[in-house]
Amino acid sequence: MGVEHFIVALILFMLIAALIAAETRDLLSAVICIGAAGFALSVIDLLLGAPDLAITQVVVEVIALVLLVRVVLRREDTSTTDARDALRTGAVLLAGGVLLVVTFVAVGGTGADGTIPAFGAATFANPDEALPSPVSSDYLAKGPAETGAANIVMAILLDYRAYDTLGEATVIFVSILGVYVILRQVGRRKQEPVL
Amino acid sequence: MGITIYLLTFAVLLVGLYIVVAKKNIIKIIVGVLIIDYAVNLLLVLVGYRSDGVAPILSPGQTAADLAETGVDPLPQAMVLTSIVIGLGITALMVSMAIRLHQKYGTFDMNRIRKLRG
Repeated sequence: MGVEHFIVALILFMLIAALIAAETRDLLSAVICIGAAGFALSVIDLLLGAPDLAITQVVVEVIALVLLVRVVLRREDTSTTDARDALRTGAVLLAGGVLLVVTFVAVGGTGADGTIPAFGAATFANPDEALPSPVSSDYLAKGPAETGAANIVMAILLDYRAYDTLGEATVIFVSILGVYVILRQVGRRKQEPVL
Repeated sequence: MGITIYLLTFAVLLVGLYIVVAKKNIIKIIVGVLIIDYAVNLLLVLVGYRSDGVAPILSPGQTAADLAETGVDPLPQAMVLTSIVIGLGITALMVSMAIRLHQKYGTFDMNRIRKLRG
């Protein structure tokens, strides 16, 4: 009974929550289902050795949930008129998904010569001597000495790839600006008398 | 077991895609985008995992060489951390647009919003 079984169970929980969110008629139920999926994702992150991600996911999840509940509450529009061709769209997407899975398995699936490294295999282990060593192993081996940070993820985020974080802050700033511009009440102010 | 985890993550992503494409309610579409966001983040973290790996945080009595032997890949985690926060920004933008549309048209239903135009 490894951690893999628990992760599979949690992803199944996410899948069921997503399906209920897709098919429920009540918008509040859909929003709460997406919250459940997000908290399950947080637990999965914790199991995968990513405590920073788990904490961030919980914080972001709570904020997103509050925003969505705020929109859904007090707005009496739960009329989810189903699209006429929902069934056809679903069938096409299901076929596309089957095609994706078959392609994924056909090109090797997971594994050393597959498209994605096998689950649990270290992506950066066993470097070929002729090649430069993968960047992740350098981060792990030299990060504490080079940056002085005990948390390697934070060392990458705030030191090695600080420009990425600057870009992230820019994106957040622009999105806040966008929210402000969209929600601003314009044209309600009384006009200045023209002399 | 490993390929099951990846395929289940693909399934979650496809459910999100189905919601975005087939549903006509704006709140449902926002929920679908969030589900796609979760699935992609989860896939990236899964690729970086190594069996019995420890979190890439230096604990007392542990050297950096130990961490390189047993730690999980920190690079996807750093990238996904950025992605999660940007996902929140996208959600806030979509929600504010939904609020505005509801103010103007009194409904979240895309069919009715289209009919009301002009």
